[in-house]
Amino acid sequence: MTTLDSSKEIKKNNSEDNEKHEDFRMFGLITFLIADGMTFAGFFAAYLTYKAVNPLPDGAIYELELPIPTLNTILLLVSSATFHKAGKALLKDKNSDSQKWLFITAFLGIIFLICQLFEYFHLPFGLTDNLFASTFYALTGFHGLHVTLGTLMILIIAWQSRINGGRLTSQNMFPLEAVELYWHFVDGIWVVLFIILYLL
Amino acid sequence: MTLSIDPQKTNNESLQPKGWIRYFSFSLDHKVIGIQYLVCGFLFYLIGGTLASAIRIELASPMSDFMPRDVYNQVLTLHGTIMIFLWIVPVVNGAFGNYLIPFYVGARDMAFPRLNAVAFWLIPPSGLMLVASYFVEGAAQAGWTAYPPLSITTPQSGQIIWILSVLLLGGSSIFGGINFIATIIKLRRPGLKLMQLPMYCWAMLGTSLLVVLSTPVLAGTLILLSFDIIANTGFFNPVLGGNVVVYQHLFWFYSHPAVYIMVLPAFGLVSEILPVHSRKPLFGYTTMVFSIMGIVVLGLVVWAHHMFTSGTPPWMRLFFTIATAFIAVPTGIKFFNWVATLWGGKISINSAMLFSCGFIINFVFGGITGVALAQVPFDIHVHDTYFVVAHFHYIVYGGTVFIIFSSIYHWFPKVTGKMLNEKLGILHFIITFIGFNLCFAPQHWLGLNGMPRRVAEYDPQFQFVNQISSLGALLMAISTIPFLINVFLSVRNGKNAGDNPWNALTPEWLTSSPPPVENWEGEAPLVEEPYGYGKEISEQK
Amino acid sequence: MLNKNFYLILIISLVFAISFWIGFNVNLLPAEASINAPIYDELFKILFIIGLIIFIGMTIAVIYSLFKFRKRNDQIGDGIALEGNLSLEIVWTIIPSIIVLLIGLYSYNIYDRMGGMKELNHNHEMMSSNTEKIWAGISQTSENEISINNLSIEVSAMQFAFLFNYPKGNFISGELHVPVDKKISMKMESKDVIHAFWVPEFRIKQDIIPGQPTILNFTPTKVGKYPIICAELCGPYHGGMRASIVVEEESDYNEWFNKNKKPEVNL
Ligand code: HEA
Ligand code: HEA
Ligand code: CUA
Ligand SMILES: [Cu+2]
Repeated sequence: MTTLDSSKEIKKNNSEDNEKHEDFRMFGLITFLIADGMTFAGFFAAYLTYKAVNPLPDGAIYELELPIPTLNTILLLVSSATFHKAGKALLKDKNSDSQKWLFITAFLGIIFLICQLFEYFHLPFGLTDNLFASTFYALTGFHGLHVTLGTLMILIIAWQSRINGGRLTSQNMFPLEAVELYWHFVDGIWVVLFIILYLL
Repeated sequence: MTLSIDPQKTNNESLQPKGWIRYFSFSLDHKVIGIQYLVCGFLFYLIGGTLASAIRIELASPMSDFMPRDVYNQVLTLHGTIMIFLWIVPVVNGAFGNYLIPFYVGARDMAFPRLNAVAFWLIPPSGLMLVASYFVEGAAQAGWTAYPPLSITTPQSGQIIWILSVLLLGGSSIFGGINFIATIIKLRRPGLKLMQLPMYCWAMLGTSLLVVLSTPVLAGTLILLSFDIIANTGFFNPVLGGNVVVYQHLFWFYSHPAVYIMVLPAFGLVSEILPVHSRKPLFGYTTMVFSIMGIVVLGLVVWAHHMFTSGTPPWMRLFFTIATAFIAVPTGIKFFNWVATLWGGKISINSAMLFSCGFIINFVFGGITGVALAQVPFDIHVHDTYFVVAHFHYIVYGGTVFIIFSSIYHWFPKVTGKMLNEKLGILHFIITFIGFNLCFAPQHWLGLNGMPRRVAEYDPQFQFVNQISSLGALLMAISTIPFLINVFLSVRNGKNAGDNPWNALTPEWLTSSPPPVENWEGEAPLVEEPYGYGKEISEQK
Repeated sequence: MLNKNFYLILIISLVFAISFWIGFNVNLLPAEASINAPIYDELFKILFIIGLIIFIGMTIAVIYSLFKFRKRNDQIGDGIALEGNLSLEIVWTIIPSIIVLLIGLYSYNIYDRMGGMKELNHNHEMMSSNTEKIWAGISQTSENEISINNLSIEVSAMQFAFLFNYPKGNFISGELHVPVDKKISMKMESKDVIHAFWVPEFRIKQDIIPGQPTILNFTPTKVGKYPIICAELCGPYHGGMRASIVVEEESDYNEWFNKNKKPEVNL
């Protein structure tokens, strides 16, 4: 049954083999994000259907306040830009600049989360009050989870981009690019969410 | 032996255990993972089959006398869930996909070996958790479809465990899907064009697209359902203003594509097996590719044919009727092509071939009842009856399970270097084929005449036909015995197979049997014509 | 060559003959007891025959190939290197497309004749008084049969029983009694989980959904007692959730109705 003849030389060309291929990790990540996007799509579809066929009784309809979510939208959009800056800086081997931009991005993410929580505490409805409330919390909560994860990952790569001994260099951009793509994705989802949930 | 710098990229032999033990370890070798999937899936098949046997014993008499009624519902829920999520899906995708795809694209492993191992190791714990939930407070008992509000009002612990384990299995399936897409698209050996890939790669590409696009929706839906159960929200709970039909739409948005996730890989496998044993090229390669993609696209827009009686507006019923029935066209192309592949060949009648031909016959039958079910007025009478049960067992058992057996007969020599015994194989085929048809053909009649599904007790006028069906199930259970004996005997002292016992041309046969750790001693061969039978075989090294 | 074609045509006509014979002579369905039933059976017959032709044809093709092209012991080498044939591919794309299209149109026609394509919120007696939304169901057959003198019944389903409310008589029954040849229109709603109302002899089924009333209209045509079966998993006793529908002559029905009638209570 044993197949391996351990005395046999293993071909060392394995890594060379792989070098012939372009980096497919990004490709895998994109596929994952498509999948993740489908989860949101499912939630959005459910929300829109509820809105269309299960209208709330008149008394239960509540207009959402716009200032906080608008601020949040701006926060996320700006954070996408700062993240982009971080990437640019790293590409030019300016590690400390890059790190600075990353910390700013993470900071913006944290503010976003704080604003979100603030909004939660000041909403007049709770999770189980009605269908709209439940879907509202499910959607924003699931998105908030993504932001939390993203912020943590940004903090990790920010730590990795430290000057001495950091793994993140202009030769090894992948972690940064991956988190950046993820962050833009989360950002994009928020814009859709903002439009559907708050503006429609 | 140097350690590779980036562990993501290589799969160093010295780090991996050898011998039997590697099958129980966190191995990164795609072949080991493939076998792990297969064996694990088969064990769950035995559990699911034991549950099926319990169902058939209960139904041998019209009273509910073999087990309590709520236990019956748990048994059928577990049977459906195990068979789908722990047997068919992991085996046709995970097992054969992991084993074959790297060979077919000329790679030494999958694109993400670690993710691959993680995907596999999600399966045993979630499966065991599911089975164990029976001993907690009773397993889930709302059917594999878990329609609310029933799934909200039945005992919670069982349902929550069910949701948790289906979520994990769905995650495993998504990881697998991402891996397959990346491997097929990005890891192809230089010089190998997409249109030169063996058909199984196309099938897996299509399947993985479906997995990536639809499984996340199921995950989201189940999360909402679990909120309804534990957090008292009202998404699907009409008492709290929720809408139960929305759940059905979301569920079937995944679960209809899921049926193609269960069958497209089987289509791919049969496309590999038939040309080899009939010594002819696969007929109509290009149309086969397009029909797979056609099935993928159509498969995403037909889900509501499961809901013709559940409160969908008329126009929607009409749209879904037409869309569903049109799937018969690309599917039909594939079947005609397979028959044309047989036509004029030099067919070796062996177990692999017989199971494949059994598949064609059974699937056409199941597909035709499917097209009938797609017609709204027809479905209104037989929805949720044994007619539907018969339809899908013809497809999942008569189709996919037949192909799994066929593939085991076909690739066993590759995996182990030993041949399986043909006499036992043919015996296995004959008993399975007879038992299968005896079990499920009569169920069509039962459904048409008034026996609903998911019942432990039924009108005594149906007793005789049900007993025939139970007898067929008994034969199916018996048919596993020659198969198991065959496998155990052959692994220990089967005839030596040599590297390429079938004289096949696809790349996995161009290396030793069993293959070395990184698949080829030297460079991966470039196979431009995986189906070039009957031609001057020019330097196919 | 002519010989070969002759056999081919012979076999094809045989397949057709057998399929038609089976289609017309083997009855797989229970008694026909509503207006819907004969319409349904017409569709069934067509689908059955087409299905048989395809199934028998494919089976013969497979088994024939296995025998005809099996490898004899003395043979070596491969079969012919035939990789495809465009005109064949086109033929077997177009023929099935036409078949499914025709089947689709035909079943649309059948569905229309059953009343499935009707706007649901029309012609329903109970609808006039309240504006509750009706979600789904089957309305009655042709236009001119507008439900002036139909019989309205309210069905409620719960774990694990059906209750039939006769609003005109102000009573509730566990057994559904209806007069023969009269249009029955039911409004159904569930009190707990999803159930379904199914009478195999009538070939009708409709889910009964909590929170979403559905309607179901039908006209029984044959006197007798038929089972009403719950066809949606609704809990442990789902298999036992049955009732019966008694179709009787108008006079018998009136007698039963008057016996059960309760005086109107004004609130
Ligand atoms: C692998 C699994 C699998 C596959 C491949 C299919 C394939 C098909 N299924 Fe099936 N189906 C299930 C598994 C599967 N199904 C399951 C599990 C359920 C029940 C779920 C539950 O409720 O628990 C179900 C239920 C189900 C329903 C709902 C029934 C109900 O609940 O009321 C319907 C209705 O339209 C349907 C239709 C079809 C159709 C049209 C196809 C088509 O893809 C078939 C196409 C194939 C052919 C037609 C044969 C080959 C073609 C030719 C030889 C060409 C010539 C043919 C013609 C012109 C007709 N299926
Ligand atoms: C996907 C694959 C799949 C497979 C392969 C099968 C296989 C079988 N199924 Fe399954 N079935 C489903 C999927 C599948 N089923 C689904 C999805 C449902 C719907 C559930 C729901 O309604 O929610 C269903 C429902 C279902 C019902 C309807 C229950 C009901 O509605 O009340 C019945 C009844 O006859 C049935 C029977 C069988 C039988 C006899 C087999 C046989 O083919 C099984 C044969 C195998 C064996 C018999 C195993 C043999 C081995 C042993 C017995 C060895 C002993 C054990 C050890 C050594 C440990 N199945
Ligand atoms: Cu009520 Cu089943
Ligand atoms: Cu389906």
